[in-house]
Amino acid sequence: MSTLLRIENLHKSFGALRVTDDVTLDVAEGELHAVIGPNGAGKTTLIHQISGLVAPDSGRILLDGADIALLPPHKRATMGVARTFQITSILPGFSALENVALAVQAREGSSFRFFGDPTREERLNAQALENLAIVNLAGRADIPAGELSHGEKRQLELAIALATRPRILLLDEPLAGTGREESERVVATLQALKGRYAILLIEHDMDAVFALADRVSVLVYGAVVASGAPDAVRADPEVRRAYLGEEV
Amino acid sequence: MRGSVAVRALPYLLFVFFAITPALAQFGAEGYILSLVMRVMIFAIAAMSLDLILGYGAMVSFGHAAFLGIGAYGVGILMSHAVTNVLAQLVAAVAASALFALVTGALCLRTKGVYFIMITLAFGQMAFFFFVSLGVYGGDDGLTLRATPTLFGTPVFENTRVLYYVIFAAMLGVYLLLRAIVASRFGRVLRGARENPVRMQAIGFDPYRFQLAAYVIAGAICGVGGFLLAHQTEFVSPAFMTWQRSGELIVMVVLGGMGSLHGAILGAAAFIILEEVLARITEDWKLIFGPFLVLVALFARGGLVGFLRRLGGRR
Repeated sequence: MSTLLRIENLHKSFGALRVTDDVTLDVAEGELHAVIGPNGAGKTTLIHQISGLVAPDSGRILLDGADIALLPPHKRATMGVARTFQITSILPGFSALENVALAVQAREGSSFRFFGDPTREERLNAQALENLAIVNLAGRADIPAGELSHGEKRQLELAIALATRPRILLLDEPLAGTGREESERVVATLQALKGRYAILLIEHDMDAVFALADRVSVLVYGAVVASGAPDAVRADPEVRRAYLGEEV
Repeated sequence: MRGSVAVRALPYLLFVFFAITPALAQFGAEGYILSLVMRVMIFAIAAMSLDLILGYGAMVSFGHAAFLGIGAYGVGILMSHAVTNVLAQLVAAVAASALFALVTGALCLRTKGVYFIMITLAFGQMAFFFFVSLGVYGGDDGLTLRATPTLFGTPVFENTRVLYYVIFAAMLGVYLLLRAIVASRFGRVLRGARENPVRMQAIGFDPYRFQLAAYVIAGAICGVGGFLLAHQTEFVSPAFMTWQRSGELIVMVVLGGMGSLHGAILGAAAFIILEEVLARITEDWKLIFGPFLVLVALFARGGLVGFLRRLGGRR
């Protein structure tokens, strides 16, 4: 499998605090690479840097060989970097369908059109509905996104990301705050997406991580302390001491 | 249910009211009423243009009156050079205010929140002092329009009713134009960026471009308001573009209800008529007007439109 996303020697400090300390990792086409680590390890900041919300101090972020580290977030999005947020980021005042239709609109034709009702554009709506169906939300299309349940909002955010036709999905704790039933549904959805997209997954739920991941990297104090196949990482004595310690 | 029908019919009722006012005014102090209502409609245009960026774009511009003044000076300056053709004046007014919006907006929109408010205020003040110091065109005292405005050589606007319906048509046209814009693909992106700019960026939109375009559209439309204001008062002055005036425009939009367009019309009407009525009762009318605004801010969230909606039983 060829490398799609490669992060090389990435550094980021907030004052004296090193949140990203010489991180090098990659995600291959169709691979699900999970990043785990204790709270404050710099996982979210890492995703922020890949998606463009936070500028790295140094290092390279290569998407298919091209350095995207200096591009603004919307450019990276049009190049195929899609993400979800730890705290769900949707448009609460728009219907679920319109949330996704906007993502379709972002890549389909011009948005500098000042006339005509986009909510009646069949092409946008049909594609939006397809993506809602992937996350089992087709039946909730007309509900204002702000009125969806917490788990549904997470599913919706995933549908929005998918509608951009991404090359890589950056998922920041998709299971955070979901109940057992909801989290099973999210895992099933991710299972179905696995292999079709390159996915960089940050997650605290170890059962989900080891069930889904092709590769696991462990981030502690901003640095990668271990990386490899799930079983190897689980057996790594340093990882057990630093992170999984209490679970063994 | 009947209440909610009335709420939905509100924009139509407003326009019907403005359309028949001249017919009713002839039974009263016609000249006074018409000039008051023309003023309401002109400020409704300015307030609607502000609503596009404030209500739909979440851009709190504290310098919006500058566009009103620039549009008015577009008329005044051309008139003083004997260019009486109103179409030429309209083009000048719109082009000048759109250009000012493009240049200042490109800088203002690099900032956010309270800094955006400050920098729009600063640009508004710059425009104000520019015209104050423009001695050739009256400076502080302003400029009285002595020439007769014409269209293809024929005098226009001499008949008050003609001017009234020109202003009415402009207000209706602006309303319909903005209604289409906020619902369009463009408007959807603008509204999306109001709700969650980070999400919009994450799906590939650059909010800056859309906000700047909206800012220019709003400036140009407000310039039309300035064009009409100059013809209605036959006078232009820097007083059209004081920062207090910018503040009044914000109050009109918020008072009527942000992000509804017809709320801006209602707000402009309520503001101007209330000001007029209270000023007749007492010289210290601001003592009554101030607390009234406080009450609206406290108890009528969503402005008058929101208040009527709740009366009508809809959320």
